Amino acid sequence: MDYKRKKYKKLPAISTASLPDIVFILLFFFMTVTTIKDSPLLVDNELPMADQINKLDKKDRVVDIYVGKPAQELATVFGAEPKIQLDDRLAKVSDVAPYVLSQLAQKPEELRNLITVSLKVDKKVKLGIVSDIKEELRSINVLKVNYTTYEGDAVNEVY
Amino acid sequence: MARNNEIPEVNAGSMADIAFLLLIFFLVTATIQTDMGLDRKLPPKEPSPPVPLNERNVLRVVLNKNDELMVESELLSINELRSSAVAFLDNGSDTKSCNYCGGERDPYSSENPDKAIISLNSDREASYGMYVKVQNELTAAYMKLRNRESLRLYGLEYSELEGIYNDSQTSVIDKKQIKDKITTIRNLFPMRLSEAETRQSLK
Repeated sequence: MDYKRKKYKKLPAISTASLPDIVFILLFFFMTVTTIKDSPLLVDNELPMADQINKLDKKDRVVDIYVGKPAQELATVFGAEPKIQLDDRLAKVSDVAPYVLSQLAQKPEELRNLITVSLKVDKKVKLGIVSDIKEELRSINVLKVNYTTYEGDAVNEVY
Repeated sequence: MARNNEIPEVNAGSMADIAFLLLIFFLVTATIQTDMGLDRKLPPKEPSPPVPLNERNVLRVVLNKNDELMVESELLSINELRSSAVAFLDNGSDTKSCNYCGGERDPYSSENPDKAIISLNSDREASYGMYVKVQNELTAAYMKLRNRESLRLYGLEYSELEGIYNDSQTSVIDKKQIKDKITTIRNLFPMRLSEAETRQSLK
């Protein structure tokens, strides 16, 4: 009797030795799926949803253009009208063509005609500015565009 | 003197803390970036001469500044756009050139999918979100028909074919075969979506 009591007095400690492994797995997961933003967003950028989507090409064949209202803290300087963000600055429509051309010049020659322009446009933006950008792209003969969206049910989305 | 010959074990208890710290850092700094969207090809800039089209082969979709949709002079909700686009593309009133069409064969609608053009006219004041919705629904209409034909001819949906084609594990020989199938399906229902100005001429 005495012997038994002694054995069950303490609960055995749970081994935490494998806890680091679990956390490391999580860590590696996040490290692989995330891409660290290369330029801070200066504009509001809530993309629309769509479900008929294609995956974008490799990162080195994509040029990003962000469009949206200036972020809250910049609104006092830049106003509330939608602006275009190229790299890390806000720009005019007429700056789009030179920017895309300069990006193109940095790419290796064999990739140049495979470049897709990814239009990351806030869903509340009016279409006018988007058509202006498309006109600019047409004028420099960069014709592959991608309306970048989130994956989701498009029809029932409200905003 | 008693000497401890064993190598002391490193305490791994704080390893978890270090890993958690890293994990939290990545959770905070990272945003899962979307790299998906609707692919489109813009028309080249060179002015092309106006192409006369038969009115029945054009489906006019107009998006106005209040985000309202008009299809062939009728106000339509976005939910109905897909089905009316499918009906238009699949109509095939010309029985000879479109024996695979399953539509109504309405003589006042498109002759065959190759001639059928969807013309999208959108106001500058319309919202981008709505525009993407319209683009999405029109793509869905094409995909639906392509899937149907692909299922009939090859027993696989068109989207599955594209999935296999884009899979890096598919061998080169298979890729070539699948590419042929994809082109065949694309030719059955070519995506002819125009955003150019269209004018109705009165005869």
